[in-house]
Amino acid sequence: MTNTRKRDRGPKSYTRLTHPLVRDEKGGPLRPASWDEALERAAAGFRAARGAFGMFSCARATNEMNYVAQKFARVVMGTNDVDSCNRTCHAPSVAGLSAVFGSGGGTSSYEEIEHTDVIVMWGSNARFAHPIFFQHVLKGIRNGARMYAVDPRRTSTAEWAEGWLGLDVGTDIPLAHAIGREIIHEGLYNRAFVERATSGFEEYRALVEPWTLTAASKVTGVPAAAIRELAHAFARAERAQLCWTLGITEHHNGTDNVRALINLALLTGHVGRYGSGVQPLRGQNNVQGGGDMGAIPNRLPGFQDILDAEVREKFESFWGVDIQPRYGRTLTEMFEAMESGELRAVYCIGENPAQSEADSGQAMERLAMLDCLVVQDIFLTRTAEFADVVLPATAAWCETEGTTTNSERRVQRVRRAVLPPGEAREDIDIICELARRLGHEEWKYADSETVWNELRALSPDHWGMTYDRLEEHQGIQWPCPDLERLEPSFLHGRLWERDPHLLGRRAPFGIVRHDPPVDLTDEEYPIRLTTGRRLDSYNTGVQSGSFASPLRRGEFVELCPEDAERYGVAVGQRVRVTSRRGSVVAPVWVDPALRPGLAFMTMHFPDEVDTNQLTIEANCPIAGTAEFKASAIRIERVAGVADDGSALR
Amino acid sequence: MTTVPLAPPRRLLEFTLDDTPVRVPEGATILDACRAAGKDVPTLCHGDTLTPKNACRVCVVEVEGARTLAPACSRLAEPGMVVRTDTERTRHSRKVVLELLASSVDLSTTPRAAEWIKGYGAEPDRFGPEARRLGEEPRVDNDLYVRDYDKCILCYKCVDACGDQWQNSFAISVTGRGFDARIAVEHDGPLTESACVYCGNCIEVCPTGALSFKREFDMRADGSWDEEAQTETTTVCAYCGVGCNLTLHVQDNEIVKVTSPHDNPVTHGNLCIKGRFGFQHVQNRV
Repeated sequence: MTNTRKRDRGPKSYTRLTHPLVRDEKGGPLRPASWDEALERAAAGFRAARGAFGMFSCARATNEMNYVAQKFARVVMGTNDVDSCNRTCHAPSVAGLSAVFGSGGGTSSYEEIEHTDVIVMWGSNARFAHPIFFQHVLKGIRNGARMYAVDPRRTSTAEWAEGWLGLDVGTDIPLAHAIGREIIHEGLYNRAFVERATSGFEEYRALVEPWTLTAASKVTGVPAAAIRELAHAFARAERAQLCWTLGITEHHNGTDNVRALINLALLTGHVGRYGSGVQPLRGQNNVQGGGDMGAIPNRLPGFQDILDAEVREKFESFWGVDIQPRYGRTLTEMFEAMESGELRAVYCIGENPAQSEADSGQAMERLAMLDCLVVQDIFLTRTAEFADVVLPATAAWCETEGTTTNSERRVQRVRRAVLPPGEAREDIDIICELARRLGHEEWKYADSETVWNELRALSPDHWGMTYDRLEEHQGIQWPCPDLERLEPSFLHGRLWERDPHLLGRRAPFGIVRHDPPVDLTDEEYPIRLTTGRRLDSYNTGVQSGSFASPLRRGEFVELCPEDAERYGVAVGQRVRVTSRRGSVVAPVWVDPALRPGLAFMTMHFPDEVDTNQLTIEANCPIAGTAEFKASAIRIERVAGVADDGSALR
Repeated sequence: MTTVPLAPPRRLLEFTLDDTPVRVPEGATILDACRAAGKDVPTLCHGDTLTPKNACRVCVVEVEGARTLAPACSRLAEPGMVVRTDTERTRHSRKVVLELLASSVDLSTTPRAAEWIKGYGAEPDRFGPEARRLGEEPRVDNDLYVRDYDKCILCYKCVDACGDQWQNSFAISVTGRGFDARIAVEHDGPLTESACVYCGNCIEVCPTGALSFKREFDMRADGSWDEEAQTETTTVCAYCGVGCNLTLHVQDNEIVKVTSPHDNPVTHGNLCIKGRFGFQHVQNRV
């Protein structure tokens, strides 16, 4: 590693939108417009596409905005086609958790991880992606907890682990099943809990039976002894926490992966108690809240099922409209419907799917097919460049009042600290303005608290959270059905009740089978590419590109030293990276935390290296999340050009 | 099994503080009791999120029956003890501590230092100009932090925050011994070649401004830093889903500094590089 100098190409820095923009004809330029003109055009576009309208809500905006956005879709446009970028990350966690426990939130709290005995970080580099959560993990480790890291890469999280299980990408289910089998065979499972609180154990026992330590070791690449050690540590612990991130969810079978992990918690009774639980670490400030607020196609606010007639009736009488008694389209399905022409207008608030979707080339083609794309954002993102109308919004986290909900289900107050630039307006005001133009004169909210109180009236889990109480307690975790009391910090304590009525619905084991990544490696594409985050950058880089991080070094394709030697490439040398879908040129970085045959890239610098041209849009059939974590690529030296543009010798 | 194992409630204990009986929970320090009673005891090396290091001795109090003065920040309250915070002995001791510090270190950006020096009648000049410890230029080797060791009182709070108490990055340590002891990163090189991850948690705890944000440093240098004109608003970080609380310090509609409430259950006052510095995108207004 000789050439470690930084490249001077900084990331693209975005400037705030200050005025509405409209486009007079497809393919023409965007031009500044008045609010009145822009809103009228947006309203006309939506009016013309009634019945073929989709809403992309924003996982970075407030709960209040998400509530109003989904209400706009359901009440004004009469559709359940509303979703957000939770689809590209943690939708499988929500789907898996709600299938088992009836609720899509992580079951424990950050504080509990400081008071637990065993912590498993599975497919999660929290040290980089969730640094302050990881401080709670470090407190736990300092308090005596043993931590195990399960990750194809030996990440900076794994550096703190008692044991690192470096499995091959996409073999999480065999590993989980082998752990389950070992626990059962050694008699370490929690019989009382399994018998009382779960269902499907016998089927599960049969399911995992073939996954002996040896068999799993062959498929996963993890030594049998390491699997055995984790199984015993997890099962014997008095309390244990199982945490995961996108390494589990961003697969074509993400929901199955989540179920396979939850099975281990059910088997050992590590759920529903203080210090024992399952915890998906969410990727955006309000991706939990967006779903809680009903900005997803299958739930109404308060995570209440659309198919439940009683629930629907409550909302119908409150909102004064009929709600379609069926699930709407997911973000993924909406993109497919653009191609078939079933979806002709999209209202995209604060999302950048042109760059965040897997197979971004295809995503952009589909966006271009729309009759009407309205983008509401703080920047002219790549997605906004496709729009017919661009509406300048406020930055939710520092220019508006409201709340967001974090990974431990804590609803916290967001407050206005600075004034927005130019004519930028708050999301809720803009949505209400459009609703009024579409015939809903009554759409007016005095402030965010009014929105919140409407939501509280409809969602029992949020009823006890007045703004005053949120202020007093520095945030409150849901459920909070009572105005006086606070609930325990963990969910599903009911599973430990002896009385079957109090216990309620048993938690089912997930009968899920191993299914390797769709994009297979072969002689032509011999390297497994996986993606992730770096410490100082975030998603498509629109937010994080603007500050002068001394750690930032732009996009690289990271290889292990053995592969770098095999391909005869050195740090900084530019190579062509090709998958079955696309091809990009990126400089090489050598990282000894990788293993032969495994490469790593991020999606932080899409204007420099568009990694998502390589990723595959193989979607989880249950949650719709794409397999960002497993593409097959090949690496070729680029002839003639060195990193600095000079000719090679 | 569904009940949360709560720690047993802490009993109250009673002792005498400046001739007045006070009651504090078991495990409270004398400093906790002083603050609860509204007494103004100066502190420098004490951090509300850190284990006391007892480095500066500016908070000393007199405990009846004890041979030496006790640091209020780390001495636990005991039932029946008699404590005096404002005796001739404590005042004299604090005066000398302030004189020793202010003669060797630049305390110009230490909150309340000037007030304490005046209040305790300290005369830092009495040791002469030779007492100055370092006399070096501030180190500016990146766009986020400035290290001005002339302002460092060697309280070790940054070492603890970067080390095993919070961040566990271990980029900062003490180098040298005795008079040569100083805070440094490995090989005393530039920050950019150290293990630093730019979380800013050392700056959050630094009591003197020896470690500061470059924005604040630059604004102080050009005279535009005006704390009186700043508002502080606590909101939630817009990066990952952890939900860290950010206190935005705003001057003329520009975010100039980001901190986090020390009593916040999510952060305990700590942030990462994105939360601490990643705000610039909202104010790229032209």
